[in-house]
Amino acid sequence: MTISHERFFFQHYGLQDGDLERYLGAALSAGGEYADLYFEYLSSTALTVDESLVKSASQGISVGCGIRVISGERTGYAYTDDLAPNRILHAARTAALIASGPARTPRAGFERNPARSLYPVTLPSVDAEITAKVELIMRADRAARAYDASIKEVRANYADELRNILVAASDGTFAEDSQPLARLNVSCIARNQTNSARGSAGGGGRVALDFFFGQKTPEYFAREAARQAVLQLDARDAPAGEMEVVLGPGWPGVLLHEAVGHGLEADFNRKQTSAFAGLIGKKVASEKCTVVDNGTMPWRRGSLNVDDEGHSTQETVLIEKGVLKGYLSDKLSARLMKIADTGNGRRESYEHIPMPRMTNTYMLAGEEDPEDIIRSVKRGIYAVNFGGGQVDITNGKFVFSASEAYLIENGHVTAPIRGATLIGNGPDALTRVSMVGNDLRLDEGIGTCGKDGQAVPVGVGMPTTKLDRLTVGGTARRDTGAFMQ
Amino acid sequence: MPEAAEVQITSELKELAQDMVRRALSGGASEAECVVREGDEFSTLVRLGQVETLKEAGSRAIGVRVFFGNRSASTHSSDFSEEGLKRMLDSALELARITSEDPCAGLPQASELGSISGDLDLYSPDVYSLSGTERINYARRAEKAALDCDPRIKNSEGGSFDAATGHRILANSHGFLGEYRRSYCSVAAVPIAQDERGAMQRDYWFSVARTLGRLDSPETVGTIAARRAVRRLGARKVKTAHVPVIFDPLVSTSILEHVLEGVNGDSVYRGASFLAGKLGQQVAASQVTIIDDGTMPGGFGTSPFDGEGVPTRRTTVIENGVLSSYLLNSYTARKLGLRTTGNASRGLAGTPGIGPGNYFLQPGARRPEQLIADTKEGLYVTEFLGMGVNLVTGDYSRGASGLWISGGQLSYPVEEITVAGNLKQMFLNISEIANDLEFRGAVAAPTIRIDGLLVAGE
Repeated sequence: MTISHERFFFQHYGLQDGDLERYLGAALSAGGEYADLYFEYLSSTALTVDESLVKSASQGISVGCGIRVISGERTGYAYTDDLAPNRILHAARTAALIASGPARTPRAGFERNPARSLYPVTLPSVDAEITAKVELIMRADRAARAYDASIKEVRANYADELRNILVAASDGTFAEDSQPLARLNVSCIARNQTNSARGSAGGGGRVALDFFFGQKTPEYFAREAARQAVLQLDARDAPAGEMEVVLGPGWPGVLLHEAVGHGLEADFNRKQTSAFAGLIGKKVASEKCTVVDNGTMPWRRGSLNVDDEGHSTQETVLIEKGVLKGYLSDKLSARLMKIADTGNGRRESYEHIPMPRMTNTYMLAGEEDPEDIIRSVKRGIYAVNFGGGQVDITNGKFVFSASEAYLIENGHVTAPIRGATLIGNGPDALTRVSMVGNDLRLDEGIGTCGKDGQAVPVGVGMPTTKLDRLTVGGTARRDTGAFMQ
Repeated sequence: MPEAAEVQITSELKELAQDMVRRALSGGASEAECVVREGDEFSTLVRLGQVETLKEAGSRAIGVRVFFGNRSASTHSSDFSEEGLKRMLDSALELARITSEDPCAGLPQASELGSISGDLDLYSPDVYSLSGTERINYARRAEKAALDCDPRIKNSEGGSFDAATGHRILANSHGFLGEYRRSYCSVAAVPIAQDERGAMQRDYWFSVARTLGRLDSPETVGTIAARRAVRRLGARKVKTAHVPVIFDPLVSTSILEHVLEGVNGDSVYRGASFLAGKLGQQVAASQVTIIDDGTMPGGFGTSPFDGEGVPTRRTTVIENGVLSSYLLNSYTARKLGLRTTGNASRGLAGTPGIGPGNYFLQPGARRPEQLIADTKEGLYVTEFLGMGVNLVTGDYSRGASGLWISGGQLSYPVEEITVAGNLKQMFLNISEIANDLEFRGAVAAPTIRIDGLLVAGE
């Protein structure tokens, strides 16, 4: 069944502006400076091919409304999965209890945010013919198996969703959006007489189904996953210790996400719990580094027309030529820190309180030829794909794990190495950037970021970049292991 | 909720689940299953003595899985209106047409279904018995104890108190109908220590229980959290070296989880596990015995039946270092020609996965302090960072922080290092297991020592 996504909650739930004002009034019935409502209707599909069989197909619908009340630095939150007026009013009164004072009245009338269209799909993937999605994953399965005789197991997943949201706030904010998201993923296992290895690849974005029939086909992702698995069959042990590291373009931008992105989220800086607290205007990276967070890139997985507080997203400069410029903020941190709201207030669902989150975070291109960057390294590693990472924002330590990496010996990329973990310190890792390539690329659209138990889709990107020193956590000792062979 | 109202709602939801199964069969399905979940949650966070967030809500959801012979599909919804339920069911029946004939698909055999009887001590309404003020006070006391413990605790991400209850109903077309309720409460503190140079370190501690009566006092939790944060101040890197590594219970639990993923039937039949095909073989040191027991009263991993309606049980996974059983649901059991071990885990969507009951490493005889005292030079790990684990190959490389051991003593904090090895070798190299087993979740392990790992730093 195809349903209209324009004015969604008004058409499908009979909502009216007057109802919104009534709910906000209940939310402010015990005082509080600010209240907002977040309506969400999420429909999703997931399909899996395993052993060349469509083994799993599922669809789901999740509906609800979250109500937030802010009083000073205090936040009260309640939600309901039943959009009946009495249930929403009950939740609003529960959230209201965070404040204790005379009732306040929300601003009359709403200011509708000008419509923007970063992902203008005509037919959202979630409403598209399911057989076409089955075809995608069957094609991925065939392409991965055809890549090489050593490919023994293939699993391909297709998942899409459409999130209709409505945000209304006591300050007059009003926004609606219809947010598509689709992703195709392939993982496979290669096996020869002695070894097994895995490879995976995938991508997507806020795109329609035709994206996977044109720009990025199942064959593209399947061959990439198979290539990685086959390559890993002959990988050597990774070296251990401090060395030069060259990061390839695209997905290695997860370094920026972990090393600096989280540390610049305003909530941690308001609480002075980030290793970056108080460093605005200070040099935190080499002058070759300019890092931005940009929620306005068309079709991208991390992009949004409006954030989950109804504020337009934007491009925010975090680091400019090595100098720390700003934080990523939401309404609460912007108000308490007296800084601008950068439109980074995001949440996983109506069950969650919004907080400052990244969108698409990347480093701008430099001037070096990527070949020259590799040639400049006598002994080091070249890491081109990563599994994921994590950061402790308080002491700044971050890690990220390479799923495809190679040794660099005397200016040449040589043997592939088994997964190695890279570890460093956020506030000084980027000071060691000595070369930045001219080949900025964004990831394929598979990133999901977790913070405080909330998962949101994000993008990362970077050009080929050389760090003069980073600790590589392999199993081969520099003095005895494979690294010197 | 008054008891009578609870009974009323339960019987309505049971009726609903059975009704959905009947309607799926009349819609042409050969087998069907319905799960209903409802729950309440409450959480409060206090930071620097002030309430920062209060959250309270309840929610419910329903899911169905239908079979047409060997083809299956599933759908779920949070919309319990007749229109919403009909749409969910129709979608499932429609969706099953596009899936493949899979000879191993299907519900468990009727003879395998059932529920273990008796009070499993999983639900205590007292987690909601505290007034709003008392809940806030739990969080406040935990944070205050941390802030008061040491002058170097200068900031905090707060103290928290959380409570939740969950109710699950499962019905299927073999006539199975089961339900259980579980409750949960926890208190935690996340203090930040700062040294004279301004460098900060954060750590945490928590207590979790199914009833308020078994929760540690907020003061105990806050004090331990503060000590953990303070002892990290002044952390440095160390030279790259092969040394014995001792893992505290929080991190050894995460190592034990790799065995859990490795014996997961889904990874095993695909050959995607470093433990696939190793039944009956020595895969760990001889003092290693790992048990999965879904029947322990009051346990965090306890339930009367699994996600497919099969009674939970006790399974020895590794006995004296020899791999004795995988953990299976009915699908992976059929794939491997074995019997289900009652480890199906059922979310709302998709096919059932595999999850643990109470899964633990049998403790040894000596105290953790004795393991440290026996170590001349080594690393004591208290926290991992990142996910550098490859279950196919067993390659293991994770960011770590902790304390350096010299001369049998914890001497100074270390950070920005990695610990690397291969899981196949690591379990064989477990040289001692301490006696400090304590459950803080469904998976638990005591302090362990592993030899032969490479610690990478400078």
